[in-house]
Amino acid sequence: MTVDLQPLFEPAGVVVAGASTHPGKFGFATLHNILTCGYQGNVFATNRGVTPDTPVEILGIDCLPSVRDVPDGHADLVYVCVPAPAVPEVLRDAAAVGIRAAFIASAGFGEGDDADGAAIGAEIVKIAAELKLAIAGPNGQGLVSTPASLCAQFVAPWPRRGGISIVSQSGNLASGAMNHADAGGVGVARAVSAGNSLCLGVDDYLGWYAGDDETQSIIAYVEGVGDARRFYDVLAETSRSKPVVVVKGGSSSEGAKAAASHTGSLATDDRIFDGLLRQAGAWRAPDVGAAFGAAAALGVHGHMRGPNVAVLTNAGGWGVLTADALEPSLVDLMTLPDDLHAQLDEIMPPRWSASNPVDVAGGETRDTIPAALRILAEHDEVDAVLLLGLGIQSNTASLFRAGRFADEPDIERICAFHERQDRLYAQTVVDVSAATGTPILAATELAIADPANPGPATLRENGHPCYASPRDAVAALSALYARGRFLGALR
Amino acid sequence: MATLSELDSKTLLVDHGLPVLPERSVPTADEAVQAADELGYPCVMKLSGDHIAHKTERNLVRLSIGNADQALDAANELLAAARPDDGDVTVLVAPMVASSREFIVGAQRSPEFGPVVMVGIGGIFAEALEDVAFRMLPATPSDFDAMLDDLRTDALLGEFRGEPAVDRNGLVAVIESVASAMVARDDIVAIDVNPVLIRDGAPIAVDALVELA
Repeated sequence: MTVDLQPLFEPAGVVVAGASTHPGKFGFATLHNILTCGYQGNVFATNRGVTPDTPVEILGIDCLPSVRDVPDGHADLVYVCVPAPAVPEVLRDAAAVGIRAAFIASAGFGEGDDADGAAIGAEIVKIAAELKLAIAGPNGQGLVSTPASLCAQFVAPWPRRGGISIVSQSGNLASGAMNHADAGGVGVARAVSAGNSLCLGVDDYLGWYAGDDETQSIIAYVEGVGDARRFYDVLAETSRSKPVVVVKGGSSSEGAKAAASHTGSLATDDRIFDGLLRQAGAWRAPDVGAAFGAAAALGVHGHMRGPNVAVLTNAGGWGVLTADALEPSLVDLMTLPDDLHAQLDEIMPPRWSASNPVDVAGGETRDTIPAALRILAEHDEVDAVLLLGLGIQSNTASLFRAGRFADEPDIERICAFHERQDRLYAQTVVDVSAATGTPILAATELAIADPANPGPATLRENGHPCYASPRDAVAALSALYARGRFLGALR
Repeated sequence: MATLSELDSKTLLVDHGLPVLPERSVPTADEAVQAADELGYPCVMKLSGDHIAHKTERNLVRLSIGNADQALDAANELLAAARPDDGDVTVLVAPMVASSREFIVGAQRSPEFGPVVMVGIGGIFAEALEDVAFRMLPATPSDFDAMLDDLRTDALLGEFRGEPAVDRNGLVAVIESVASAMVARDDIVAIDVNPVLIRDGAPIAVDALVELA
């Protein structure tokens, strides 16, 4: 059953319970982040020091003595920073004023061997069921919901808006995934640090993301999944509507080895988990960066219709490395069909490679790369295009501009030309992939070495990823192919 | 925990579609020789019993038996190697299959994941290569088929050392039979079908072990 997380991610108002005047405390940082990132709903804060005679104001908010003092129906979410023993009362007060969701940042609910904390944890589980509260955490960093301009967490970042939603059993890995959003060109819709999952687990967030219109693709960081059967069922169901990329922590720990059968001794938890992910149609990534790269491609491009990749490059070496990266991958460096070869031959410089990778060998005119991208992407047998060398011209221009001859005649004109070309190439990637439905990815080290370079920058402005290496781009292509295979969408 | 004999393990799995060789289970050396004569040479003999789980480790397998004299020696040796705690034993006589590649198919009931099925590169290097793929059960035929794509050593599925490519559907059917038995019987803890040999491209199970709760 899918839990309704609308009050958590799209609340009409938010209460920070346990707001603090000290910038080093969770209760200050969270209020600060909610206020500064542009949340448009009602914002309330409580502070236990408030009395009729001693008002407490934090960041322009007049604190209330208790959550019970929030006007009825003016808030849907309470972000809880008070110590564990005070949490049950906060939750009851919250339900009494119409609040339907809570994020508990505090710890102390029986992590480790704390019997008192465990009792409070058990009470909270009961409260959640009785009062129909959706309770996230405890011991988590918070949540982000860019469509609601909501940054309800005590840490950074506030990522750009986009289609990737994140659930993480490690708070900092949620931040880690979000930190890729600006550099990666593709933004975030929702993110939540699941904390210790007293009530809501990774499966609950996945289930809700599946039906969330803002979510195009999902990243999940998991260490343990509790009920593996339920996790599998929810993951498989979610994958039918949204691509899910999973990073599994603790994969090096081995399962039980004392087994009478060969199968038993080969059946480590990680191998079974790997099979579970494939069966459920999820893509497994080795780390958060790779997960972001895959989720970005899946969110923007959906899937590939087959394994055929055409590589377009103006630098021979990158083409060679890309061919090497494609060899062990799920996708193939396709052989150019005769008609495609003939079409390319008409627009290519005489010394082009005449095979895939399609190497213009430095002989391009201003229209060669855009024309070649179109021809490749429009061909029926090409399932994806990988563009290499984006930004090289602008890189040349930046040295011209920085040099002591920058004022020489024609230098500015040629710099502007170079930069215009890279913008044109990037814009063509965006426009042609949208028009044809053929995924076009770009890989250039300039994506990270020179983030302001007009090539990668234009892709980012359009919400497209730009990969830092052919290997990263090929991993993303493999994810697109696996997605097509899972959906039964191969040619 | 108890194991079924090779013969009973195979009988159980054959009901779910496991392809096996035409083999005989006989209690005496004379009957073993007669069975070998009928099945033809070269043949294989193994000692089978409920409490014999690992025949190779105990040297209870005789391969490449070429004639009746060798068959008699082999059967006598095997019966003499039986230990009192093996219980009732028989000699299994089967045709010898020459195969340069071996697969393993198995299933396991895991406390965390429930019933799972496995396929991998089998034979004596199975645990060294650790090239295996799992799926949760129950699963669909396309799930079983996709498991073969997960194997790193997928070159072994194609034409290999002068032998034709593995009949992929046949290997999927082996996985399916093991999965079907696992799903049908709650009391099965684990199943090993190892090795699965390839004869003219067709997979055939030459050993099986079912472990009961």
